[in-house]
Amino acid sequence: MSERENIFNRIREALTVEAHSHNGTGLPTTAEHRGVMPPVGASEDERFALFAKNASDLKATFKLVKDAGELTAELRALRDTEKWQRVATHKSPLAQTHAIGLGLPTLVTDDGYDKHDMEQCDVGISVCDALIAQTGTVLVTSRNSGGRALSCLPPHHVVIARREQLVADLPAAFAMVKKIYSANYPSMISFITGPSRTGDIERILVLGAHGPKKLTIFCL
Amino acid sequence: MSAPATHFNEDARRVAPDTRHRGIIQTAMGKYEVVRDQRKLLFQDWQGARNLAARTKFEAVNHLDTHLAEFARNIEARGTKVHWASNAEQARNIILGILRDKQAKVIVKSKAMTSEEIHLNDAMEHAGYEVVESDLGEYIVQLRKEPPYHLVFPAMHLTRGEIKDLFQKKLNDAPSDDPEALTMVARRALRKKYLQADVGITGANFAIAETGIISITENEGNARLTAALPKTMITLVGIEKILPRLEDLALFLPMLAVMGTGQALTCYNTMYGGPRQPGEADGPEEYHVVLLDNQRTTLLADAEQRDALGCIRCGACLNVCPIFRNVGGHTYGTVYGGPIGSVITPHLRGLQQWKHLSYASSLCGACTETCPVKIDLHHHLLQNRRNASAPTTGKPSFLQKLAFKIFAPVANKPALWSLTTKLSRIGMKLRGLVNGSAIDPAQAWTKTRDLPPIAKQSFREWWKEQGK
Repeated sequence: MSERENIFNRIREALTVEAHSHNGTGLPTTAEHRGVMPPVGASEDERFALFAKNASDLKATFKLVKDAGELTAELRALRDTEKWQRVATHKSPLAQTHAIGLGLPTLVTDDGYDKHDMEQCDVGISVCDALIAQTGTVLVTSRNSGGRALSCLPPHHVVIARREQLVADLPAAFAMVKKIYSANYPSMISFITGPSRTGDIERILVLGAHGPKKLTIFCL
Repeated sequence: MSAPATHFNEDARRVAPDTRHRGIIQTAMGKYEVVRDQRKLLFQDWQGARNLAARTKFEAVNHLDTHLAEFARNIEARGTKVHWASNAEQARNIILGILRDKQAKVIVKSKAMTSEEIHLNDAMEHAGYEVVESDLGEYIVQLRKEPPYHLVFPAMHLTRGEIKDLFQKKLNDAPSDDPEALTMVARRALRKKYLQADVGITGANFAIAETGIISITENEGNARLTAALPKTMITLVGIEKILPRLEDLALFLPMLAVMGTGQALTCYNTMYGGPRQPGEADGPEEYHVVLLDNQRTTLLADAEQRDALGCIRCGACLNVCPIFRNVGGHTYGTVYGGPIGSVITPHLRGLQQWKHLSYASSLCGACTETCPVKIDLHHHLLQNRRNASAPTTGKPSFLQKLAFKIFAPVANKPALWSLTTKLSRIGMKLRGLVNGSAIDPAQAWTKTRDLPPIAKQSFREWWKEQGK
């Protein structure tokens, strides 16, 4: 008998004795989830305000930009103040065009890359799948945001989002993931909530433990 | 007394009066309590959320066979190799087999309590592999050759000064005792390892049946890098980590963050469903998931305590436990410490060897009250006490029998009782002369506490007086 069968036999044997629930049975509905979780505003403006507040509490930078021109100017200002030398990005009209516009050596992840090269990059510029107002989260996937490392290896992650990508809460975000990907899930889906952090030394907050020290979100 | 019980008593005796240890733990817990409570208040109905979480875990655990089969089928469909391990040895052998097959040299790990449970690091190091823990706290305790102190905060018991000295000694790199500077030392050292590593090993917080993906919660990005850079990825996960649906994470991710660290959501919550897929830029060529039983089915068979398999390892019960806060994480001598560890360890490692943990509790119930999935922790400790002394397993000792043989007639005859009380008052006075010393008959108690005196007058005597 295989170990798989052994384990399943033990599980089935164990479950022949019934347990009793003190908290009701049946899986909760999304409405039930929403009924207990932290509230999000009703209007889009309130949700943007909530996202901005959450991002600021998380020490991420969130900026609404009115057009591509303003975004270019913002990115150039960052390039100059942080003295970027090398940029990493991926094939997406929004991210790649703006990354190339910086006029620096640019690594594009899609067709494979050397991880040592990416480690030398000062910034990773990517798009995202969604922004989540409830928690100030950026949702990325390996399929849509240039793979697994781009949003985590360089010391600064710049996200370029579109206004219509804002969703209200976590239930909405998971519903969206299911709707888009249920036929074929990407190998990685990541909910990024602020720049990398640790509190492992005396529970004092330090940013940039392993992942990016800085997270900047531009929203067109 | 079992060896683990002796170890527990010795360590508890040493750690509990250590005011320096107490100071460090109280400071850390104080900070945690403030943020945890702020976050709980943001929920519209925290108690309602606990009910929903408990219900979800009840469904998951009580239909574990269905969900587990569904999980395996779905994750295999994307090219993941699923392995089944009945015990720790099988799990170690599966992982060592993969390492041999891949001719690995350097292995980078993100935090996984299951790997502590099966002593994976020892096995890999013994086989000649270089193994590096990448979570900062785990890295620190690994350098100290110590087990993690706490499920969520492995290096909670150390000060920045101790960590500076450690880095100076082991890495020859410690510019100051500033936590930021120390974190950057670890970041630099571990970046090199990430680029060298052939295999990345992770744990998992949840395994989603419906989609066949695992979910990892972390703050540092170390698990993200572990899953991104090496060519082979291995996830070791207990079979009880199943959640039925993807949307269950919408509730569990924030609840885990609130109770674990006092955050609204942990920095990275990442779901992995396979190796690099066609059209993706990077990721491992091979993905292995090792599903571990290791006596979880023994706990499952105990319908009374089955809810303990719903544990999400947030550590909240450790944080509120007066025993944990006094004796510290290492005293337990177990992988899983605190109230949840005291409940499940006797199931996982043998009731008679570990029954002493059922008494490492004041039965105050703070653990049960805080648990986000409503595990009935303090009642399970009582049940373990009962099970450990059940007639078939433990019989009263000769001295216990003798004590009750004497006590029963004394308590049954008022005159004899009254005489005994009077004699005891004299006895107490004499005992007072040797209070707390080795010849004090109540030494087990008086060594560390005061013995309250017997009342000068019994109720019967007082009643008689009033009647005059």
